[in-house]
Amino acid sequence: MDTMRERFAAVTTDLLDHDPRLALVLADIGVDAFAPAAARHPDRVVNVGIREQLLIGTAGGLALTGMRPIAHTFASFLIERPWEQVKLDLVHQGVGAVLVSAAGSYDWPAGGRTHMAHGDVALLDTLPGWTVHVPGHPDEAETLLRHAAADGDSLAYVRLSAHRNEHPVPVVPGRFTRLREGSRGVVLAVGPMLDAVLAATETMDVTVLYAATVRPFDAAGLRAAIGERADVVLVEPYLAGTSATAAHDALADLPHRVLALGVPKEEHRHFGSIPEHLAAYGLDATALRARIADFLW
Amino acid sequence: MTTETPAVPYGFLDLPRLMALMTGDEKHGPAATSTLDALWVLYDRVLRVTPETADRQDRDRFLLSKGHGPMAYYAVLAAKGFLPAELLPSFGSYDSPLGHHPDRLLVPGAEISSGSLGHGLPLAVGTALGLRAQGLTDPAVWVLIGDAEFDEGSNHEAVAFAGAYGLDRLHVVAIDNSSATHGWRGGMAARFAAEGWSTETVDGRDHDALHRAFTAPHPGRPHAVVARVEPKTAA
Repeated sequence: MDTMRERFAAVTTDLLDHDPRLALVLADIGVDAFAPAAARHPDRVVNVGIREQLLIGTAGGLALTGMRPIAHTFASFLIERPWEQVKLDLVHQGVGAVLVSAAGSYDWPAGGRTHMAHGDVALLDTLPGWTVHVPGHPDEAETLLRHAAADGDSLAYVRLSAHRNEHPVPVVPGRFTRLREGSRGVVLAVGPMLDAVLAATETMDVTVLYAATVRPFDAAGLRAAIGERADVVLVEPYLAGTSATAAHDALADLPHRVLALGVPKEEHRHFGSIPEHLAAYGLDATALRARIADFLW
Repeated sequence: MTTETPAVPYGFLDLPRLMALMTGDEKHGPAATSTLDALWVLYDRVLRVTPETADRQDRDRFLLSKGHGPMAYYAVLAAKGFLPAELLPSFGSYDSPLGHHPDRLLVPGAEISSGSLGHGLPLAVGTALGLRAQGLTDPAVWVLIGDAEFDEGSNHEAVAFAGAYGLDRLHVVAIDNSSATHGWRGGMAARFAAEGWSTETVDGRDHDALHRAFTAPHPGRPHAVVARVEPKTAA
């Protein structure tokens, strides 16, 4: 099975062949995977070098001429480093783009904090208009990338990761998917957190919702899943609490409780592997089982 | 069918009066007018864009990166008919389209929203690439920066890339009023030239010199015109 990033390269290469409005901007990360696309479309595949302010500025300029830019690098260099460019060269100019990240929170633990950006989705929440996709499987990544590329002049963020689920969910962009029915509360798993959530809740009487698109937040989908108890557990593969406000807003007229699980804010000065980091953050199946049970029972 | 540009009753000598509608003062210091001559020569003699062609895909683009002190820019846009002069007195007021930094969604004729320094040149790189990718190899992309704005590192990302890439439809006019805190030893043009740009350094008050520099051929290379004016600190 391919990785999400490999699928991104294959899908984008195909999209560039068929949609003359699309352009891809890179900043040295991922260049090899796009060599065939660059050879076929030298004017629409641009590598600006290790220049991330220019990466986003160039995307904004392309969009000003009516094109639909796709910009890609690691989340830390796509969202955090050129943050003002995201704010001004895209949103404030009133233009759209598709930003596709990799290695968001803990994909390369041995690389340490410099290559981790668990605040990316929370940062985008400070700006209007963003659609945020967090696929949990390469098939979902393909569905969401194709949707984002064709979604007019919208602002779209697609967060790819090495961490993934074993099986894809047939996702509908923008909608939460109900995977299990229960009566003691709702557990919302985002993207690659699904397998651990399914394992953790296997013997629990809970509803499991799945989100591969987190913004806009499918408030109606959450409301529809609520039974007698408006108790919600969020399990997100980025900063803990990122979607807590959205969940509270969705349930504002109900007495309700929200437990927001995700990557802690504190610096975690260890290297190692993805499973080791998930365990340390309390996000593996064993830890999730205990934390969810403690909240719902 | 041809469309004729309606006669606009404003010339260069009217610009101080138009600016006075915003500032309330007929006399403007060098800082307020540092861009005025370059803007006028561009809009009067170089840019192929009019109010009638402002939405055409093959128009020339002018990106005001140095969004600070936009009175000269608004005055030129009004003089050339992009926006009515009657709007100028509203400058900076709540319902006015004319902020102290331009907003492209509000100002007729403004290609970008600017104010935070160092954004125009990277946006211009993307604009030049976007036009080229659509087969539009004729329209010129111009961006105006200031010598202090040039401190921002984002400019240097764009200058190096555009030179290496040979983005020959990209043009910079750099207004040098000696306002950069640490200066540019050897002059601003050297920074562009080192990255393979065609460069000219001229008197930023001399319209014919500006015009010659703006229209100098520069095959295969982006082009930078450094327009030197009185130091900002001069009275």
